[in-house]
Amino acid sequence: MSNTSNLNAVELTVNGVPYPVAIETSRNLSGVLRDELGLTGTKEGCDDCECGACMVLLDGQPINSCSYLAVQAQGREITTVEGLAEGDDLHPLQRNILAAGGVQCGFCTPGMLMSATALLERNPDPSQDEIKIGLSGNLCRCTGYAKILDAVSNTAVELR
Amino acid sequence: MTLTIASSIDDIIAALAAGARPIAGGTDLVVGSRQGKGSLPDSLIAIDRVEALGVIDRGDAETRLGAGVTHARLMTEPTIVDHFTAIADAAALVGSPATRNVGTVGGNVMNGSPAMDTGSPLVVLGAQAELTNASGSRLVSLDELWVGPGTTSAAPDELCTALVIPNMGEGGGSAYVRLEYRRAMEIAIVGAAAAVTLDGDNVRSIRVALTAVAPTILEVTGLDDLVGKPLDDDALSAVAAAASEQASPISDLRASDRYRRHTIGVMARRAADAAARRASGEDISVPVNRALGVGATA
Ligand SMILES: Cc1cc2nc3c(=O)[nH]c(=O)nc-3n(C[C@H](O)[C@H](O)[C@H](O)COP(=O)(O)OP(=O)(O)OC[C@H]3O[C@@H](n4cnc5c(N)ncnc54)[C@H](O)[C@@H]3O)c2cc1C
Ligand code: FES
Ligand code: FES
Repeated sequence: MSNTSNLNAVELTVNGVPYPVAIETSRNLSGVLRDELGLTGTKEGCDDCECGACMVLLDGQPINSCSYLAVQAQGREITTVEGLAEGDDLHPLQRNILAAGGVQCGFCTPGMLMSATALLERNPDPSQDEIKIGLSGNLCRCTGYAKILDAVSNTAVELR
Repeated sequence: MTLTIASSIDDIIAALAAGARPIAGGTDLVVGSRQGKGSLPDSLIAIDRVEALGVIDRGDAETRLGAGVTHARLMTEPTIVDHFTAIADAAALVGSPATRNVGTVGGNVMNGSPAMDTGSPLVVLGAQAELTNASGSRLVSLDELWVGPGTTSAAPDELCTALVIPNMGEGGGSAYVRLEYRRAMEIAIVGAAAAVTLDGDNVRSIRVALTAVAPTILEVTGLDDLVGKPLDDDALSAVAAAASEQASPISDLRASDRYRRHTIGVMARRAADAAARRASGEDISVPVNRALGVGATA
């Protein structure tokens, strides 16, 4: 197990909050977010860069945090699903995915929300095809996707 | 194990000389280690914040493509989309937006997989790799660089600083197509790139290279007979036949060797056709796979 001499003292900025942590170089970002910072909104599905449950934003762009070394994220802005709502007010994407019925077990939802957030930031008026490409790194085993796509289109309309 | 974040090329060169391995996006290195393909190196130097590696510089005769340019940029930068379209076609197919945001052309090339999507486009466009260490830089052809699956001839202390690509003259076009079963998070079953220049209707030059059908990216030889004539149906059939014949594909759980040998011909024909159409001025959007419905459908 961990040998203290292998620990790096680094600061990770998550949702605007700086967190000092002491971690081994080999730790993945999703594990550090969940186990060290208690930010368990980010999920680990495959742990292998396939499913997108672990999607977070790094300087506004989606990455698979299960396969990204946490120490390589120092000095960058990390955004997780916990950073979307403002207090008790859900982010429009969160509201719309609930309203559209795009959440069943909910395991893919944080990752879907992060991919969709980055997409709408980059492209406020995406076509159906562009939404599919934007979410193409996220798997959902429950919903059949249609309602998730609806939630993203509805949000785009609402935010324009 | 340690990871240092480099802020200059000099930082990287010094770290490599001291035995560190570079990590750019980590989409091969970290993912491979998690899949048990190898353990992470003891000492890593993160090269993703060195701005000099992210420069795309189009000069009079050639274009320098920084090794740190991400797939997300390759598929959208006008210099690449307009002049080296096959590279943009390939980058747009890599993984998912998350893979493309951090995965780099340098990582793709230096990882040395025979399935790397930017490989055959770079070959047909005549790219060379610029390798740099403490004693300076040298240019090597990609043919010399890739020596086998996952192996390059670069020394451990050499950083790939750029891909140097001759500018195509007027009347040039290129394209990359790949056979895939899914539209995202897929690895080429087979893929083909072509670069064609035309004099009016006739072929002035044609190069075709193949992905995932040999231990390294394979350039098709013997296409000289096609020069000076239109790239008509017979000529495209000759491209397809040469590709199928020269391929030496393997069977694995994704496809049999026979299937790969057949489909590589189909992909080579489509790539050559799309490259020639682009060369004659037709606007085929990036990636060709989507524009022409070549790969998996929605
Ligand atoms: C989900 C997923 C999907 C993928 N889909 C595709 C796909 O469709 N097509 C495809 O081709 N690839 C695909 N890949 C593989 C990978 O994303 C690409 O090869 C990518 O370009 C690697 O770049 P990187 O910057 O992440 O490399 P890294 O993982 O950082 O590095 C890869 C290797 O190259 C070395 N290296 C990196 N940069 C340099 C340099 N400048 N000089 C010397 N050595 C260097 C590293 O030491 C390491 O050995 C996929 C990967 C994942 C995880
Ligand atoms: S947990 Fe990261 S992609 Fe599945
Ligand atoms: S809601 Fe269950 S995986 Fe998407």
